[in-house]
Amino acid sequence: MQKGTQMQARGFWATAVTAGLLVATAACGGSDDKTSDSSSSGAGGQELKGVTIEVAAKWTGVEQQNFQKVLSAFEKKTGAKVNYASTGENTDAYLGPRLQAHQPPDVAILPQPGLVAQYAKKNDLKPLSADVTATIDANYTPYWKQLGSVDGKAYGVLVKAAYKSIIWYRTKAFDDAGVQPPADWASFTKAAQTLSDAGSTPFELAAGSGDSWTLTDWFENVYLSQAGPDMYDKLTKHEIKWTDPSVTKALQALVQIWGKSNMIAGGSAGALQQKFDASVTDTFGKNKAAMVYGGDFAAANIGTTSAKVGTDAKVFAFPKAGTTTPAVLGGDTAVAMKDSKGAMALIKYLASPEAGTVWAKGGGYISPSKNVKPDAYPDALTKQLVSQLQAAGDSARYDMSDQTPAAFGGTPGQGEWEDLRALVKNPGDIKGAQAKLESDAAKAFK
Amino acid sequence: MTAITEEMASPQDGGEAGTPPDEGSGRLGPPSWLALGFLLPALLLLGALVVYPIIYTAIRSLFDATGKKMVGLDNYTAIFTDHDSLTAVRNTAIWVVVAPTVVTILGLLFAVLTERIRWSTAFKMVVFMPMAVSFLASGVIFRLVYEQDPSMGVANAVVTSVHDTFDGGSRYPGASVRDGDKSPDVAQAGAVTTRTPVQAGQTALLPLVGVKPENLPKKPTPAKAPQAAAGGISGLVWFDFTKGGGGTLNSPDATEAGLGGMKVQAVSASGKVVGSTTTKDDGSFLIKKLPAGAYTLKLPKDNFTAAYGGVDWLGSTLITPAIIASYLWVWAGFAMVLIAAGLAAIPRDALEAARVDGATEWQVFRRVTIPLLAPVLTVVFVTLLIYALKVFDLVFIIGGGDPNASVLAMRMWTESFGGGNNQGAGSAVAILLFLLVVPAMLFNLRRFRQENR
Repeated sequence: MQKGTQMQARGFWATAVTAGLLVATAACGGSDDKTSDSSSSGAGGQELKGVTIEVAAKWTGVEQQNFQKVLSAFEKKTGAKVNYASTGENTDAYLGPRLQAHQPPDVAILPQPGLVAQYAKKNDLKPLSADVTATIDANYTPYWKQLGSVDGKAYGVLVKAAYKSIIWYRTKAFDDAGVQPPADWASFTKAAQTLSDAGSTPFELAAGSGDSWTLTDWFENVYLSQAGPDMYDKLTKHEIKWTDPSVTKALQALVQIWGKSNMIAGGSAGALQQKFDASVTDTFGKNKAAMVYGGDFAAANIGTTSAKVGTDAKVFAFPKAGTTTPAVLGGDTAVAMKDSKGAMALIKYLASPEAGTVWAKGGGYISPSKNVKPDAYPDALTKQLVSQLQAAGDSARYDMSDQTPAAFGGTPGQGEWEDLRALVKNPGDIKGAQAKLESDAAKAFK
Repeated sequence: MTAITEEMASPQDGGEAGTPPDEGSGRLGPPSWLALGFLLPALLLLGALVVYPIIYTAIRSLFDATGKKMVGLDNYTAIFTDHDSLTAVRNTAIWVVVAPTVVTILGLLFAVLTERIRWSTAFKMVVFMPMAVSFLASGVIFRLVYEQDPSMGVANAVVTSVHDTFDGGSRYPGASVRDGDKSPDVAQAGAVTTRTPVQAGQTALLPLVGVKPENLPKKPTPAKAPQAAAGGISGLVWFDFTKGGGGTLNSPDATEAGLGGMKVQAVSASGKVVGSTTTKDDGSFLIKKLPAGAYTLKLPKDNFTAAYGGVDWLGSTLITPAIIASYLWVWAGFAMVLIAAGLAAIPRDALEAARVDGATEWQVFRRVTIPLLAPVLTVVFVTLLIYALKVFDLVFIIGGGDPNASVLAMRMWTESFGGGNNQGAGSAVAILLFLLVVPAMLFNLRRFRQENR
């Protein structure tokens, strides 16, 4: 609630007040409301009364409000008190010092699985209890459980997903050019060419040094599609080199778009300075391009323009560049940093379809759990994405760059971000880009 | 670091003040144990907040990322071998040389010139104003100033409007021929020509695609195939794209727009331009009075040159100078105010004596004002040097993490927190930075002390 009060001061007050009231009523009503909890040891809804749990995550604004609705549902159910702490954009910079001072939050929600491995190796995480792993087994496919595990021990569970295998497009531009949303790479590039012939620039590309994670996402979708999930996993762990021919093939496909100045708004010089937020708003607010890459979360950016999601702005699945339908997810993993009773209970709750359903209602949320049905989501678009994701099933993969060490896949201005950016600057030099990627990866994986 | 400078300076000053001026006379001040007692809290705080972190950072810099394994000087050698760190070292060198020099010179100019104008206070206030803005905000401002898109970035708006005043730009930027070998025209070094030569008396079709909607007239005139004219070449230039797709390729459909105002040239077999004209609103043209023979029709390059996009301010070469320019904007006022204060303190009689002796204004400035101002100029220069060494916020915000803009302070942060996650390497950069700042700091301390005597 502390955070909630601050939020009001910041100016989202109208919405925040409503959310605050909701939380307040929920907190007050908590003691009267004895919800039956089948899985608990029969102590009713109050087995955590008097327990205070601190949970740290990076969300602010609307994302935070939606999460707090989930937390208050948990409070109501268990009687525990949950405090939310915001980590800011750089989670490690926030948690690192707290861990060193032996004062970590009970539960942290980490934006990258790479951090899970990093903290687990330093013994900063507590393994999930059998109770929690049972919940995960019941609701997630094995890949996602493995993702939160280090050396065979489960430490974390993906609680919120970002779906990254979509391209947003401006319906007007597509109609004017008479283009249909493409399904494979060949028709994708052909559609782009037709758009260009019709006089609209096909793409916005956010390749600014702080936003070149979009480039890694492009690569991941193409690579997963061409090389398949097994090779994807190998490259993620650096078991094959970045100089591998499969990488060459993916980069060649990408250069068909990245390397042509008539394909990208502002040419490569413009793209190299472009920020992600602006790439979306320029596409839909200023009609500078017909398509832009962005996960489901781009809907929030479109919301700031006059374009309407679902009518002016639509999505199509990232085109198949090979045989696999690409389904790349990002997302946030909940881990326990303290061995408290409340920590495990909260993680277990967050992994349950029950929490997912509450969360889904707020919008801007996709659950990686297979048991949160598409019907739980409020809008048609999310329903479309969720069915796409659930159709991908076992071949869905987590964002590669987020699984690699941060120095390689998670830092503006270095590693994969900068190397792919260099490819946009100099699209002729695929070999050089691969050599640089390999040397950076070798250094980071050491 | 200034905080440290001030804090380090104050106990020493206090110590001097506390020392009795003459040992022979009886103590007037409190006994030294009492003085020490009063100083103790400050000393403890200094120890905990300044001395201990410095020592710990030095020790930490000898260990690897985990903090458990001693690696000796490896972290230091890495600074001078790693490509990104070297860029940071190079950029810091540029900063240290360029920024303080230019700011001091600019400050001196402003100070000297404002001395002679009427509204000098107002002018000084305006120049000093940026100091009141936080660095972060200044960074955001300049990030916008340097925005690539001329409709957003002031810098490029100025550059492009100046450029366009002299070179108006073209009517149809970006338009070109359709890919593939079926169209009757081909792109050639930016221009568009007919694929096969055209005989006089024939008609020529020049379909184009990729015309931006904003370059088409509001009410486009439908393209219409022209009549052949004896003794000349007639033809049509049009936008060969039917809205919503469809239409016959390479032949004008009723819904397709003609492209007016396009320059057309007839080039003879020997490569000489023998006739030229401009298309009408419906895209048709007629080049009259051509002797019989075969001609290549050409739409010259200047029909299509893309609009001038401005300077690539935040590209890899200009980014450091661009950030230094924003630093000028922030600090020029500071330098000006300090130097103006120094200027006011210069004895007027020295200047007047020089003038009476027949010195020109420039000589007075060069031989009298500058030497008398030297102490102030040095202090300003050294202070700015310290700030330039540890510049971070402007680079962080304007550069947005671009490694081409990186400086040591930025590198220190990236290595330890911003993704590198190696506090050992970060500490090594911090110590290097510290060692670079110390001489400048000591110099300033000595000056302050000399002045106090």
